[in-house]
Amino acid sequence: MSANYNVIGRSVPRIDGPEKVTGAAKYTGDLKFPNMLFGKILTSPHAHARIISIDTSEAEKLPGVKAVITHKDVPTLKYGLSPARWDENIFCSDKVRFVGDKVAAVACLDEDTCYKALKLIKVEFEELPAVLDFLHAMDEGQPLVHEEYERNINTEIHQEFGDVEKALAEAHHVRSDTFVGQRTYQSPIEPHSAISMWEGEKLTIYSSTQSPHYFQHYIAREFGMPMGDVRIIKPYLGGGFGGKLEPTGLEFAGAVLAKLTGRPVRTFYDRAEMFAHNRGRHAQHMEITTGVDKDGKILAVKANFIMDGGAYTSLGIASAYYAGALLPMTYEFDNYQFDMFRVYTNLPACGAQRGHGAPQPKYAFESHLDNVAADLGIDPMDIRIINARRPDTVTPNDFKVNSCKMRECLERARVISDWDEKKKNLPHGRGIGVATGSFVTGAGYPIYRTDLPHAAAFIKVHEDGTAATLYTGSVDLGQGSDTVLCQMAAEAMGYRYEQMKIVAADTEITPLDFGAYASRQTYMSGAAVKQAGEEVRKQVLDMASSMLNLPVDDLDCEDGIVFSKSREGKSLTFQEVARKHFVLKGPLLGKGAYTPPKLGGSFKGAAVGTSPAYSFGAQVGEVSIDKETGEITVVGIWDVHDCGKVINPRLLHGQVHGALYMGMGESVWEEVLFDDKGRIKNAELANYRVLTAMDMPPIQSEVVDSYEPSGPWGVKEIGEGATNPTLGMFSNAIFDAMGVRVNSLPLTYEKVWRALKEKREREAAEKA
Amino acid sequence: MSQVLTDKDGVKRYLITLNVNGDAHTILVKGNAILTNVLRDQLDLTGTKKGCELGDCGSCTVLLDGKPVDSCLVLAVEADGREITTIEGVSANGALDAIQESMINHAAVQCGYCTPGMVLSAKALLTRNPHPTEPEVREAIAGNLCRCTGYVHIVEAVLAASQGRVTPDDH
Ligand code: FES
Ligand code: FES
Repeated sequence: MSANYNVIGRSVPRIDGPEKVTGAAKYTGDLKFPNMLFGKILTSPHAHARIISIDTSEAEKLPGVKAVITHKDVPTLKYGLSPARWDENIFCSDKVRFVGDKVAAVACLDEDTCYKALKLIKVEFEELPAVLDFLHAMDEGQPLVHEEYERNINTEIHQEFGDVEKALAEAHHVRSDTFVGQRTYQSPIEPHSAISMWEGEKLTIYSSTQSPHYFQHYIAREFGMPMGDVRIIKPYLGGGFGGKLEPTGLEFAGAVLAKLTGRPVRTFYDRAEMFAHNRGRHAQHMEITTGVDKDGKILAVKANFIMDGGAYTSLGIASAYYAGALLPMTYEFDNYQFDMFRVYTNLPACGAQRGHGAPQPKYAFESHLDNVAADLGIDPMDIRIINARRPDTVTPNDFKVNSCKMRECLERARVISDWDEKKKNLPHGRGIGVATGSFVTGAGYPIYRTDLPHAAAFIKVHEDGTAATLYTGSVDLGQGSDTVLCQMAAEAMGYRYEQMKIVAADTEITPLDFGAYASRQTYMSGAAVKQAGEEVRKQVLDMASSMLNLPVDDLDCEDGIVFSKSREGKSLTFQEVARKHFVLKGPLLGKGAYTPPKLGGSFKGAAVGTSPAYSFGAQVGEVSIDKETGEITVVGIWDVHDCGKVINPRLLHGQVHGALYMGMGESVWEEVLFDDKGRIKNAELANYRVLTAMDMPPIQSEVVDSYEPSGPWGVKEIGEGATNPTLGMFSNAIFDAMGVRVNSLPLTYEKVWRALKEKREREAAEKA
Repeated sequence: MSQVLTDKDGVKRYLITLNVNGDAHTILVKGNAILTNVLRDQLDLTGTKKGCELGDCGSCTVLLDGKPVDSCLVLAVEADGREITTIEGVSANGALDAIQESMINHAAVQCGYCTPGMVLSAKALLTRNPHPTEPEVREAIAGNLCRCTGYVHIVEAVLAASQGRVTPDDH
């Protein structure tokens, strides 16, 4: 592989940097349109209640109120993200299923009037007993969240690969542990908003969305419209992390309000409403059993999980499958059993948060593996290296792994964290832990069934050749895809990054792309962009060949210069060739599309977790614990990743920093808490405990040299993989520091303190 | 004291003058109008963001007489006659401030929603303390939540700007 690239592999500055640092960048909530109204949604104050009546007459009379809508005014078709379980309505008609469920909406001249109008809508509820504890949701006699789902079971999974019982029976050592993960919320800093407007039969929505395509698809479906009549425009997006992947009441209600009033309507969530809409990480109960041989080689793993889905499915079927599907990634073993129930409760619906189903099962498995290592007296680093997955292997659940430098990541993390030295010499109260992670580079299959390509791109070279615009439906939610894709386009064209422009994303202008989820864009959108760029390059070389009177094979194009490979001094600028092309042949355009190959096995659920490539990584963390209070201080974190070829090193490390920052919050501090009525107790950023700059330790992020043969220029994912090891790494570092294991997330100071106290009491009792 | 007008429903509005980025705007606001909304909705200065309206996130940070404040915790009437700098006022005549340039070059910007507030908090820091230590930088931006970056590149960018190194070596 030639390493002679001009544009990729360099930390070029972000294409949107100047706009973002000057405040010029417009996010959806910053946009204004003439005659625009403001819309708000009335939500349920009860976790579970029958709706007896809704009276909107007082609200309608309030001056400044332009429309009030309830279930009677909107389509009743159920929607959702997972086609197998469409279970949500725009507005509830018979009952509400969580505090925050949608009941009605208003459109008014200003925001203040909206709040007054919402207060004037009279809803009579009959409260019903609610299911708030997911561990008892399947019990006999529990109320049903959805009548059609018996025992509140939303998703049930039973998979077995190999012969688990036989392998466990033959194992040298078998151990079981149980862990519990908490509910967390993505908490992007930009709140969701949407602006809807109609021109005749055409609906346009500006939206803070991670996937304009899925929005377009689901909105068209809900309103029975052709997709061509629905236009979704994504302005700048202020973070998503999985929380802005699906249409919300904002788009659906906003579209109806805009239709009724004939005016643009801006609908939006405030912070508390964002927490209620949720779609964050599921709480999960995880039992894991592992059998190993005397060297610590894993022979079989059995995972038995229950997940709290909340009131609706969202993307939760995929979350449930992912929880088990990605468990066998970083370590090799042949026998694997995965059982899962995702249950409905009367709490906000959970979905896909950074790392999707993987981080909590990873926490459980990595903690459990350290327990196994301790039982056998093996160093935690060694047990991981012994079991580390190798390249060109297949997981028990039929995922094909091409490039994989799991072992190298661990070995490098061992060195840069000074593992061996610290393992020997750290005093009691200081500890070091390691964990691994892996993630998909894009999902092998789309969210809804379709044979459309997963990504497509156009490039238009301007008529005078001084600029080229990349048109893509992909979404830069902060990760930097606009920049990286422009680097890729310029590299493929032989052009200069500084002359690239980008339009992303507007379903009427930009070609289909499934958007920002499952860490897919650098690879999948990148593959389409590379193809489009190569098509441009080919036309440029053809034109230059006739201009220079040289065979096309003798020509190449780099950094905006077309030159002869054999003859010194024979060259033209890309610009003049492009201009000539326009004059003689019309617009200079390139296009590309990407469809993944057929992937995975044929068992039920085999599609979830398939991907053309997987990232791998190892994280080491060092903590210091105050024995009196349980307070945890993070001394340092070292992350080493195998993420294929790196297109923009600074942006890449930024992804690692952000992903492990999020994982760190989830490890010790963040948790969505509820009272006994199912109301969120801490729907604010401060009380939810989002970490500040003062909480963050020094972080060292490195990559190992890697090349993924299936990807454009050898790329793989980075955006989510670095969240996966973090929770387990913290659990292990605390275990190393104190010799106590906290079996539930978050690993709070109080839980550590309590575990220490119990240990002291146990030891005292043993002595006595 | 600003002039007060009362409408037919008895709602009072105050005639105030906000000096924003050197421009004087004389406008009518309700007593409960928060500065964030007046800047964004009445003056169309949407570079000031709004992430919580509770004083938690700092995305609404502006400089009020040179001091960083959460503009969602300031009533517009309290800002009457005072000097306000919003993100739109940081770069002069199209030339970026060193902090802005450093933030771009260090990849300290991801989604960008926290960025205006970060820039202003950093600006206030470097004005009162041109050569801060790393802990001082962290403390100065502790009221500005960023959900994307883990703050690593932001801290690096602010320190680099304070040392006149707005372009990192790996660039
Ligand atoms: S909007 Fe003012 S602090 Fe969050
Ligand atoms: S860059 Fe996204 S919140 Fe800071």
